[in-house]
Amino acid sequence: MSKENILGLPIQEYKGGKSTLCAGCGHDSITDKIIKACFNNGIKPHMVAKMSGIGCSSKTPAYFLSKSHGFNTVHGRMPSVSTGAALANRKLTVLGVSGDGDTASIGIGQFVHCVRRNAPMVYIVENNGVYGLTKGQFSATADEGSKSKKGVPNEIPPIDLTSLAIQLGCGFVGKSFSGAPKQLTPLIQAALSYQGTAVIDVISPCVTFNNHEGSTRSYNYVKDHDIELQTLDYIPSFTPIDEIDIPQGESTDVEMHDGSTIRLTGTKEDYDVHNRNAAIGAINDSMAKGEHLTGLLYLDNSKKNIYQEMRLCETPLASLEEETTRPTEETLTEIMNSYK
Amino acid sequence: MISVGTANGSGSQSANLIIHRALFKMGLPVSGKNLFPSNIAGLPTWFLIRVTEEGYPAPADDTNIAILMNPDTWEKDLSKLKKGSVVIYNSDTRMPVERDDLILYDVPCSKIARGVNSKLAKLITNTVYVGALSEIIGIEQEAIVEALKHQFNNKQKAIELNLTAIDEGRNYIKENHKKNQPWRVERRDLTKDKMIVDGNQAGALGSLFGGVTFLAWYPITPSSSLAESLIGYLKQHREYVDGSKTYAVVQAEDELAAAGMVFGAGWAGSRSMTTTSGAGISLMTEFIGLGYYAEVPGVFWNIQRVGPSTGLPTRTQQSDINFCYKLGHGDSTHPVFIPATPKECFEFGWKSFDIAERFQTPTFVLSDLDLGMNPWISDDFEYPDKPFDRGKILKEEDLNKVESWGRYRDVDGDGIPYRTLPGNPHPDSSYFTRGSGHDEDATYSEDPEVYERNMKRLAKKHEGLRVKMPQPKIEHSSSKSKIGVISYGTVHTAIEETIDILQEQKVEIDYLRIRALPLSPKVNEFIDSHEEIFIIEQNRDAQMFNLIKEELDSLNIKKIKSCAYSDGMPMAASKISANIIENTQIKINKKA
Ligand code: SF4
Repeated sequence: MSKENILGLPIQEYKGGKSTLCAGCGHDSITDKIIKACFNNGIKPHMVAKMSGIGCSSKTPAYFLSKSHGFNTVHGRMPSVSTGAALANRKLTVLGVSGDGDTASIGIGQFVHCVRRNAPMVYIVENNGVYGLTKGQFSATADEGSKSKKGVPNEIPPIDLTSLAIQLGCGFVGKSFSGAPKQLTPLIQAALSYQGTAVIDVISPCVTFNNHEGSTRSYNYVKDHDIELQTLDYIPSFTPIDEIDIPQGESTDVEMHDGSTIRLTGTKEDYDVHNRNAAIGAINDSMAKGEHLTGLLYLDNSKKNIYQEMRLCETPLASLEEETTRPTEETLTEIMNSYK
Repeated sequence: MISVGTANGSGSQSANLIIHRALFKMGLPVSGKNLFPSNIAGLPTWFLIRVTEEGYPAPADDTNIAILMNPDTWEKDLSKLKKGSVVIYNSDTRMPVERDDLILYDVPCSKIARGVNSKLAKLITNTVYVGALSEIIGIEQEAIVEALKHQFNNKQKAIELNLTAIDEGRNYIKENHKKNQPWRVERRDLTKDKMIVDGNQAGALGSLFGGVTFLAWYPITPSSSLAESLIGYLKQHREYVDGSKTYAVVQAEDELAAAGMVFGAGWAGSRSMTTTSGAGISLMTEFIGLGYYAEVPGVFWNIQRVGPSTGLPTRTQQSDINFCYKLGHGDSTHPVFIPATPKECFEFGWKSFDIAERFQTPTFVLSDLDLGMNPWISDDFEYPDKPFDRGKILKEEDLNKVESWGRYRDVDGDGIPYRTLPGNPHPDSSYFTRGSGHDEDATYSEDPEVYERNMKRLAKKHEGLRVKMPQPKIEHSSSKSKIGVISYGTVHTAIEETIDILQEQKVEIDYLRIRALPLSPKVNEFIDSHEEIFIIEQNRDAQMFNLIKEELDSLNIKKIKSCAYSDGMPMAASKISANIIENTQIKINKKA
């Protein structure tokens, strides 16, 4: 018996090819949550553009949504290609997957400017602190003092992508852990409902090169130091597939532009998800304690996205016909006359 | 030829353009070359204005009239003048003129300007020499007024202010300098129905009429004005009444990102493009490789400047020919359009989208600073004679008709596969685009046979371009000449003059102009039918010569000679003709 979503599609329609990653890699768990989130949200698979850069994480778009077009671009350049695709066809749901090497090292410039531009896309960073595909070198998000497999400590301070994104004006910033399915799925669902660039930094242990004692990205370390900011539920604008259990504690509902609701329950005292400074402060504090603060860290639903800023027409640019995009011969004559 | 020496940022460009357009309005085919520095204000700049009955666009060897406004270049400019040349100089600079073999006109430009309007004097100091020159060589007042209207967009106040300054310049000459000098301009009827336009404006218009929907760019001289002109046209012609746009423009953070956006948009079905110069292409190289191998369309305008590295950013050269044609690591070759005139910038502007989409590949248009940024007298552009060619795109209904499809299958035997666009609802439409090895169905593959087959298909696709790209043009044919000249791009303008110079010396040459890469078989035919070939180009390393050599048999290789040099200035005809006379082995035909 297979359950169907709002479009009448079974979850199989959201799956992809068989993963070729190492058994137990955190990225595979994230892939499962992406499948689940797209299924739950009733997204049409053919309207998704799966984008990635280069690295273990960037391989994963081949493992989900095989009915979607995918583009495995070049190292660190997923954001620019995604921006072009999003502008060429505004009806697409752009789903970008990257890694910490791909985003925080070689691609930090594109990440920064992509966030500033605010093209609608979900930007997931599968963050393990190392380069998996080239066998375990530190990346720019590796914590200071975290040890490599050979026992060598990392001596350079890390780039924290969540506080950076908030600082750059990103309107949707989340952090999660590949081993926290209850949090990650609704977070991706919420990101899919966001109207601009939504960044989710997901700690995703590399079981082969960074899962040892002394690493701050090992599965056990993250599990013990994962501080969940709140319990997160996503309520779509239509009747959801699963019953939503209303959790204990006080909750706040945030309405998204597409009519869906994010329910935040039991948020840590004094934390205002709409307050930039507070969010950055809380992230810094948790980093200082060697913890990973996860959940929906920051949300601003009032930001204009790039389509609104540009006043882009409703029809996707890619679908415009010659009648619209090639001016007439009279227009050419007029322009030429102005040069005479 | 008139040479105006001023300081950059002193507003001289507008004065020079007024002279240029006034001469044009008198029916004279006038050429203008702006030799400007890589600087916003202060460094020396020159503007060369050349008027000939024939309308030669290349600069001449000698200056006949020098206008000296800039103390920094004063001495050097003076020393270069031949005996009997005319000099108009700003006497308020108090610079000495220590030559008695010149015809001198002192004009207190600064003082006159202050007299006209003390507050705005700086703006109109240069306008005073427009008046002085007009009086001396006979530029008609009517033409000046028309030029002013054009320059200041009919803004009455600016026109009046400048007109007063011009009149004062004229009056000063009338009252103080009654002397004879040899140069006069006379009205002709040679510019009727023509335009003054630069290659970047023309390229922008071509892109507009090619239906561009996406532009991502990063500012770099000398290409920025192409992007900026296009933005202007798009605003005027491609917005709905409610202000919503049928295009998107992104000023990217660097050329890497610009190229990435172009391919993202091209992949999703936009007609997408960027504008840059050599240094920008260097950064785009990584993406061009991806576009080539993954087969994604995109148009890349390279307005060449002088390399290597930062080089001379405001000077002209044809040195990215080899670079662009074979850009990228691994085996790769790309279609390259090489316009020689603004008219061709327009034509290649729209055609480049057809080629990029038909062949699903990054496509270059190689202009240069001389073509892109200088004002040219141009014939009318021709409205596109064909509808868009969007290439092999399978829509939902097309997919319904085929049993199966694979993104990189060579169904038609031309090496060009079919593609689908994201958003196509057909259940079989999706595929995975990647820069890594892939098979016919776009699945990851490291299979040696699959790899080789794919690379050979790409080579076959490239071969098809030879006849689909603009074909070379025989620009001049004497029917009995044994000497053939091959050139391309803006060197063209100097070759036309070279032909005339050589004819005066009773030397006949035939001339073929290459308009695109890969080379057409017609280039070979031209070489076959001549005993000696000169390949003329503006770079040190004879790049086109070497490309041609690669494709010739040994017999023909012996025939070809290179005339390649570059100092950053537009090529002068006299140098080319001298090179041919000196190096030809053919006994020169003496005409009866
Ligand atoms: S190397 Fe690490 S990141 Fe890469 S697939 Fe294996 S476990 Fe995952």
